[in-house]
Amino acid sequence: MREWRYWFAEQRGTLLALGIFILMFIIYTSNHPAGLTANVVQTASNKGVLLAFVAMAQTLVVLTAGIDLSVGMIFILTNCLASWLVVGTGIETAFGVVAVLGTGALCGAINGAIVIFGRLQPIVTTIATGAIYFGIALLLRPFPGGSVNEHLADALTGKLFGVVPTSLVVLLAVVLVVWVPFSRSVLGRAAYAAGSSEIAAYMSGVPLLRAKFAAYTLAGTLAATGGLFLTFFTYTGEAALASGNAYTLFSIAAVVLGGVSLYGGRGSAIGAIFGALAFRTIGDLLFVFDFDPLWQPLFQGVVLLFAVSLGAFGLFRVRNRLDWFQ
Amino acid sequence: MSDTTMDRLASHMPKFLRRADTAVVTAFACIILLLFLGSLYSSSFLSPAYLLQQLKVASFLGVIATGMMLVILLGHIDLSVPWTVAVGAMMGCAAAAYGPVGVALAVPFGICCGMMIGLVNGIGVAYLRIPAMIVTLATNAVAQGLMVVYTGGYSPQDSAPGSMRYLATGFTIPGIPNAVIIWALIGAVMVFLLTRTSFGRAVYGIGNRERAAYLSGLDTRRIVMIAFAISGGLSAFGGVLLAGYASKASQSMGDEYLLPAIAAVVLGGTSILGGRGSYLGTVAGVILITLLQSILSVMQMPEAGRQIIYGVVIVVMLLLYGRTPANR
Repeated sequence: MREWRYWFAEQRGTLLALGIFILMFIIYTSNHPAGLTANVVQTASNKGVLLAFVAMAQTLVVLTAGIDLSVGMIFILTNCLASWLVVGTGIETAFGVVAVLGTGALCGAINGAIVIFGRLQPIVTTIATGAIYFGIALLLRPFPGGSVNEHLADALTGKLFGVVPTSLVVLLAVVLVVWVPFSRSVLGRAAYAAGSSEIAAYMSGVPLLRAKFAAYTLAGTLAATGGLFLTFFTYTGEAALASGNAYTLFSIAAVVLGGVSLYGGRGSAIGAIFGALAFRTIGDLLFVFDFDPLWQPLFQGVVLLFAVSLGAFGLFRVRNRLDWFQ
Repeated sequence: MSDTTMDRLASHMPKFLRRADTAVVTAFACIILLLFLGSLYSSSFLSPAYLLQQLKVASFLGVIATGMMLVILLGHIDLSVPWTVAVGAMMGCAAAAYGPVGVALAVPFGICCGMMIGLVNGIGVAYLRIPAMIVTLATNAVAQGLMVVYTGGYSPQDSAPGSMRYLATGFTIPGIPNAVIIWALIGAVMVFLLTRTSFGRAVYGIGNRERAAYLSGLDTRRIVMIAFAISGGLSAFGGVLLAGYASKASQSMGDEYLLPAIAAVVLGGTSILGGRGSYLGTVAGVILITLLQSILSVMQMPEAGRQIIYGVVIVVMLLLYGRTPANR
């Protein structure tokens, strides 16, 4: 009984995000003209999975008390790269996928190296590297275009056994292959420790630098996975500044909705995934209720502002006013 | 460059240079280097007309960076610059559609709208204690949404009234563009605020350690809120000037000012962690960024190359002198 309660306290953020998502999804499907069909779920999951990958990437960095404002740009860069490389025969395609993921990892590693070994602030560093990544994306695709191996794209964005969206299965696989081993490994625990109290972690001999570096690198790889999927959905590559900025912003929103503390050390990527799915569903509610699409950016902005303001409820628990200033 | 070599170099310098901040000196040295490189490329680089034109272009960024600097000194950051600039420009132009009174109030109205956004940021950061980066990103999104809704339904007036054009491109004193005078005035007020008033002391105090500032009896939350409101107002004023310069307001006009504004402040030696920095450094940073942009565009560098060079220059210069000390 006791242990069950501890587990509940630890997972409260994740469960809350799951609850919000389920509630929103029920409102969404019950008002959707087509109702709850496999196609509706497939479209929703395809859109949600993109943000879920980017949000997972953001989570890894936020857990170490950093922030990555270049995730959206890595996402765009890998989208442009994939539209060149992920084509042709099976072997060429496989090589392309590996190259795209490797590029993402490299981008993340550069961020990590500058932040950790260069000792610069994550905000400024990732804004600057984001500009570099976007510049490279523009070099690759000055105009929207390119193509992708359509067999692979259709296979990964379609339905498994005619019911289950394949993209959700891939997301689950990535969680099982990347997040679960990472969060249970020494490096993963060290990443949590770095975000929770860096000085205490250092004093206890936790491998801080390696953990942070691994977090930034994995974040780049996950953002690249998102970029790969964007290419599978759109069949093209496009260096769109607005889209990159939007994904960076939404990834932070998803992380906050998913119960990950922006001060680091608390939360999980699973929560961020539900946060991402919930945020996407909320954004799409407007379409179901037949509002003018013009209102969508405002609506999403207000939802975002509201979501981040929820963090202020913690102030009511503060007994000593000095705790306001962390 | 290690500190010891810097010290040894410094002992050979004149006194006023020895007392100056490393970052400010480096930034000014880079400006001279850029001018030198530019003059190798084209002889018109050192002509007074060109330099004055650069100063005019720099003054838009300068006004925006002034607000950004105030917020960064507090240890926070304002990422709502892009759409605050756009809101200032678009609302200023919109007010001008309402007769002569509207034209007269166009500039103050634009600035007021920016201050409202800044006020929301300030309340979120100071009273709700949400990280500044997050609040300002969110208000940026809300401001974008408002502007999309505002321009979407019908086509509002987007051409700048005469008053805005006069502020940005006119000449009150012959030979010196009004925009430069405005930047100088705003800069002078900011220097006065930061160095001669209790508000300025409080800003540096909060930037160093907010708890200590609070315990010494300052209403730190009100000061943070006011600083954000000033930053929003100055961003919007920058937007008003830009709209006057381009003689119209457009939606994405602020996008290219966020990174340069932060870069100018940080390259000028203001610590991103807050509490340390001088306005002279910000001036150097603004001129440096503007010259870099100008030289890249004279060399007809495409947008992609510009973005890459920009990011690389910022990272490299910060690695030279913006590193946080190793605390072990």
